[in-house]
Amino acid sequence: MVKEKAVLTGMHFMSGDIACAEGAIAAGCRFFAGYPITPATEIAEHIASRMPKIGGVYIQMEDEIASIAAVIGASYAGLKAMTATSGPGFSLMQENIGLAAMTEAPCVIVDVMRGGPSTGQPTLPGQQDVMQAKWGSHGDYEIIALSPCSVQEMFDLTIEAFNLSETYRVPAFVMADEVVAHMWEKLVIPPAEEIKIVNRKRANMPPEKYLPFMPDDDLVPPMACFGEGYRFHATGLTHNEYGYPRTQSSEVQTKLVQRLCEKIRKNADKIVRAEENMLEDAEVVVVAYGIVARAALSAVKKAREKGIKAGLLRPITLWPFPEKTLAKAAENAETIIVPEMNCGQLVREVERITKSSRVFHLAKLGEEPHSPMEIFDFIRRKHK
Amino acid sequence: MTEVVEQHPFAKYLREAMMPHIWCTGCGNGIILNAFVHALDELQIDLDKLVVVSGIGCIGRTAGYTNVDSFHTTHGRPIAFATGVKLANPELEVVVISGDGDLFAIGGNHFIHAARRNIGIKVICANNFNYGMTGGQFGPTTPLKASTPTTPYGNIEHPFNLVHLAAASGATYVARWTTLHVRMLTASIKKLLQRKGFSFIEVVSQCPEIFGRRNKMRTALEMMEWFKKAAVIANFSDPAKAEITPEKIVVGEFLDLEKPTFEELLREKMNEISKENGE
Ligand SMILES: Cc1ncc(C[n+]2csc(CCOP(=O)(O)OP(=O)(O)O)c2C)c(N)n1
Ligand SMILES: [Mg+2]
Repeated sequence: MVKEKAVLTGMHFMSGDIACAEGAIAAGCRFFAGYPITPATEIAEHIASRMPKIGGVYIQMEDEIASIAAVIGASYAGLKAMTATSGPGFSLMQENIGLAAMTEAPCVIVDVMRGGPSTGQPTLPGQQDVMQAKWGSHGDYEIIALSPCSVQEMFDLTIEAFNLSETYRVPAFVMADEVVAHMWEKLVIPPAEEIKIVNRKRANMPPEKYLPFMPDDDLVPPMACFGEGYRFHATGLTHNEYGYPRTQSSEVQTKLVQRLCEKIRKNADKIVRAEENMLEDAEVVVVAYGIVARAALSAVKKAREKGIKAGLLRPITLWPFPEKTLAKAAENAETIIVPEMNCGQLVREVERITKSSRVFHLAKLGEEPHSPMEIFDFIRRKHK
Repeated sequence: MTEVVEQHPFAKYLREAMMPHIWCTGCGNGIILNAFVHALDELQIDLDKLVVVSGIGCIGRTAGYTNVDSFHTTHGRPIAFATGVKLANPELEVVVISGDGDLFAIGGNHFIHAARRNIGIKVICANNFNYGMTGGQFGPTTPLKASTPTTPYGNIEHPFNLVHLAAASGATYVARWTTLHVRMLTASIKKLLQRKGFSFIEVVSQCPEIFGRRNKMRTALEMMEWFKKAAVIANFSDPAKAEITPEKIVVGEFLDLEKPTFEELLREKMNEISKENGE
């Protein structure tokens, strides 16, 4: 079989959605299950055209519930697997996102956020799902969520999402938005050998020694896949290290659920990423992510021109949130500004961490993201 | 000389650590599991390449009881999960064993679409006419007039005819048996395991403790007497006419045909495309 190249090394002009699809393929994703939805459709379309050429599977499922279920199945069968959706589909996926967290199935979920709630505004950007990414499924668990602000990051962070998801056996989200997904920009794809790829820790002990949910020191259990002779069981029920249900045991429940949380919390320093701009002496700290961060950076630069000591903190991982970076930046700040395309979501995290009474949220709903001027004016008004 | 065996010859098929099972005395699920294990044994299926997937429900515990790679999904999603497994590794034999509620109420959409696509997974449904696990509420196969905790005045919903639904949706092997027809059921499961397309067996199963006792069949025996009295074997008859009523339960094989599977068509397409690329 003559195969097309998986990694399209070179300089490209691409949309964010297509870059995300290419990032997935470069990361080694060979299974995609999805259900079309604006503004994520182009990811599925591009994957549908690329997968058969590189020996991967594209399947269009009957809905998003099925899509994420199939992704978890493919992951357990040994493939790197992904789905992509937007708010309405993201809501449908929550049930099985919990299953992926509980059974520690590595998988990547892209949510190209549009305006909600409900069907909302299919073609307009939003950041209204960022809390849902953290808390969307019932029960206690942790996930990893990344926030791209450019076409290049749609590529890079999709790879990163796969790497983190494989490292920690956890669902990883790419929380994009309509603008980042639909805009076209330059994308540089490095040579394949320069792209860092992480594969899940595999079970390498003899089957009789394998306990599918016995963690190593990093709190992550090595993973066997179906068909390798390990003959193991996995369940969404509370389970012990053997994978067997123990639904009446507070001890098993406590141990399991705490580990699911701690494998992310205790490794947060290794996972967290944030971009810091002019924060050293900042009196005004702007916290912005995704496409909004680009306008925020312009606004901060403009403020500096006008003599206001402003800086930008851009969380790249929304979850875990860059708590330490923010705490440090906020130490000497007088004013903290959080522009978001929602009615106030990540701002709650900022308030929680800084405990500052001078945190101001700038909402933007139902149209283009904030302009640099809007954020600049807000800085000027709030920072007296 | 008689040979002394320390272990039941079928012990290797079951996870001893999972015993005792959760099923009530007289439940039909054990018969289904037994027939399944016999079929595996008679075919000498490679247990390292077999995956059993179940959803949530009493019968949903089957995945945990079989000593192979197994997964116990969320309620209603075993077929969607199994689809991912099968497409990721078509070498695996993927069998879904789940309940009438799991597969046809909450999971109904996944069933019809997997059948339509002809994904090469095998589905065995334990139809006990109710949601056993949650205490016997009515479901999509509960007969008209039946009494359940949520139809205290009698069921007014028309039940699905599962074999008709499967056939109309595109399944390539379709059969129905009751737990009384153990030999036929085992033979049928063997066929199911040997077919390559989407294959489906409905097993009409007794649930004396939860369904039966509200419906004048207090014991397993009484329920199975109904099966015995009412069952009519009508192989390759029209599944649309395969009724389940107090008087008549039509059982048999209804469909056994060949049609390219999703996996085959996908593989073919890949070869086609890469040939074009190579030229
Ligand atoms: C999303 C969701 N809704 C409801 C339930 C509760 N529930 C557990 S099993 C079940 C019905 C099972 O019925 P069936 O599939 O027929 O299996 P049986 O117990 O009869 O073998 C329900 C409603 C659940 N676990 N998840
Ligand atoms: Mg049932």
